Amino acid sequence: MKKKARRTAVALVTGAVSIGLLVTGCAPSSSDDSTQEAVSQDDIDTAMTTPTKLTFWTWVPDIENEVALFEAKYPAIDVTVENVGQGLPHYQKLRSAIEAGEGAPDVTQIEYQYIPSFVLNNSLLDLTPYGADDLSGDYVDWAWNQVSPDDPVWAIPQDVGPMGNLYREDILSQAGITEPPATWDDYAAAAKTVKDSTGSYISNLGATQAGQMIGFFWQAGVKPFAYDGKETVSVNVNSDEAKKVATYWTELIQQDLISTDVDFADQWYQGLASGKYAGWLTAAWGPIFLQGTAEGTTGLWRAAPLPQWNAGDNVSGNWGGSSDAVLASSENKIAAYELAKFINNDEESAMRLATEQFLFPPQVSVLEDPAFVDQESAFYGGQKVNQLFADISQTVDTDFQWLPYMDYVYSTYEDTIGTVITDKGDIADALDTWQDQLVSYAEDQGFTVE
Amino acid sequence: MSHSPALTDERPASPVLPKRPTSPAKRKQRLAAYLFLLPFFVVFLTMLVVPLVYSLYLSLFESKLIGGDVFAGLANYARALTDSAFLGSLGRVGLFFIIQVPIMLGLALFLALALDSARARGSKAVRLLIFTPYAVPAVVATLMWGYLYGEDFGPIAQVARAVGLGTPEFLSAQNILGSMMNIVTWEFVGYNMIIMYAALRSIPAELYEAAEIDGAGQFRLAWSIKIPAIRPAIMLTVIFSIIGSFQLFAEPSLLNAIAPAAISNSFTPNYYGYNIAFINQELNYAAAIAFLLGLVIAIVSYFVQLAGERRERVGLAERGILP
Repeated sequence: MKKKARRTAVALVTGAVSIGLLVTGCAPSSSDDSTQEAVSQDDIDTAMTTPTKLTFWTWVPDIENEVALFEAKYPAIDVTVENVGQGLPHYQKLRSAIEAGEGAPDVTQIEYQYIPSFVLNNSLLDLTPYGADDLSGDYVDWAWNQVSPDDPVWAIPQDVGPMGNLYREDILSQAGITEPPATWDDYAAAAKTVKDSTGSYISNLGATQAGQMIGFFWQAGVKPFAYDGKETVSVNVNSDEAKKVATYWTELIQQDLISTDVDFADQWYQGLASGKYAGWLTAAWGPIFLQGTAEGTTGLWRAAPLPQWNAGDNVSGNWGGSSDAVLASSENKIAAYELAKFINNDEESAMRLATEQFLFPPQVSVLEDPAFVDQESAFYGGQKVNQLFADISQTVDTDFQWLPYMDYVYSTYEDTIGTVITDKGDIADALDTWQDQLVSYAEDQGFTVE
Repeated sequence: MSHSPALTDERPASPVLPKRPTSPAKRKQRLAAYLFLLPFFVVFLTMLVVPLVYSLYLSLFESKLIGGDVFAGLANYARALTDSAFLGSLGRVGLFFIIQVPIMLGLALFLALALDSARARGSKAVRLLIFTPYAVPAVVATLMWGYLYGEDFGPIAQVARAVGLGTPEFLSAQNILGSMMNIVTWEFVGYNMIIMYAALRSIPAELYEAAEIDGAGQFRLAWSIKIPAIRPAIMLTVIFSIIGSFQLFAEPSLLNAIAPAAISNSFTPNYYGYNIAFINQELNYAAAIAFLLGLVIAIVSYFVQLAGERRERVGLAERGILP
């Protein structure tokens, strides 16, 4: 703790100095990597046999196990794993270290939606010269597009969260519903039946959970954000398609058929365990998470794909997941790349991430491995949940982008949409407010808004 | 910060003396004094003055994600003064101050007087018990209260439902400020009580004896002797409370995890500044907000102190002590 505080202090002070340099016009020139030569096998061999120290920032628990595999393969490389916080605190420290010009790790975990904000200030290393583009076929298409929307490859996919529907089979059948709702219309009708006959909400919409709502947008084919990797963004959170999704939820909430408790909070955990909610529309990391949260309901849950907007369709969105990226400031770029690659590409390492840490894999090899997909889960009445989500993973829209300032996007979601959901107001109207704020922030920050 | 007129006004003008050369011994002493002060000033300069000046410097620039930094003069300050989120947050902590501080200090004063009257049994244990919440870190306190406030499972809500009062919504947008006042009161009432209690203990006992001979009861004693005598201590707690209220941060930032819809990003000025710096990535604007907040605190403290002193002078004048 003390050590961390000191590091932060150092980062702050050095950050201050570097801002000073920026002010006086000594900004480091932006690197132009397009002319960079591909790295040869000789270079790689040399780098991997030279004693090297790497730092790896991640919050994946027990990732030391996978790192140990890497170190066993490359004894010359010594990796230090540091957990500097999960989510926001992690990015804040990363930004401070980058700004300070020292103290940043070689390899870092990054959630997909935050990649653009680090591309923006040239903090990430383009991995193409190191051979990353050869890996594109190893991952499901849409996950690869998340780390490589254009030619450069910014990170290696680690885990993903294609969305599905977890539901209480007992509560639904008590209400006379034997099949999971296939369309959103069915879902709304089922919500009413379930509420009337059992008193449970069919599921809960996390009032301030932007990730879930954006996942629904993703499924509905809404393209709310775009970023060209340079200075142009486009913001479209209040498009007609987005409003269709918003109105759907508004109506369910106003009829009191969906609860709007804040998710991942005490009340919500209680609700999942007590049957207040008869389901959870969540991502592929949800099944295991739920298992740990609602132990008392073993065997009562089932998993299904998300309801569809059009009968007969089969599409999904994504919520969550991360990748491992190499920072441009790393002094051991080749070794750092090999680490990021190994963790998420080596068969044993990827398999262990999926079966021991329960990260839902983007790797095609794992998704097709019987040892993974044929697992039967007692919590879900013996259902092959991994197989289901592996199938769903094939149905995620491949072309979804983010803005280079997602921190702000999420925090304004809380203030604009979150309050409206809590007050049972009109979410579609709130989308307009959100849109205005996102556009004016982009303009203030000097982006060209399309 | 504020010079005290009560002290300076009455001082007789010192006669102008011809300048005499300082003796070598005296000069040596003076040098030693400065040497002893040096460690403090080094820390003071590097840890307080330099960062302060630096953030003042920062606040004069504008930094953009695209295009970098440009000198902006007072633009950040102008923006803050028209920023409804910032002004709203100031209003909120102002309200907090007006409602919570009198309740907390009143309670603290009452407890201090009760303990001091030596009528309560086991006053030492009581004193410690009341002080204990202050020893609980604000983070833990807020998490604990967050649980107590819980709507479905919180004990308060369960009791309220059991006796048919319905579920109180402590964490709704309308009530969250009140819930926060309760947490802060719980945390700091003991701290303020200790300050007042210590001041009470230092009142010379002769005063009480004299008053008792004059036939004053406990209430008269408290009202006419004890409270006036510890006025400086009370003033101190008021100033601390002003600073504490305007700088509220831990409570909103932690309650935000369980009631994110009720706590906006600009709930309090400090929390707003933090979010601007680390979420919006507008360090320069955050620096300007911090400076304005400091200014507001200084002004409010000054006027409260001024008002306190005026009351004191009026009170003394009424009793014929001052003209």
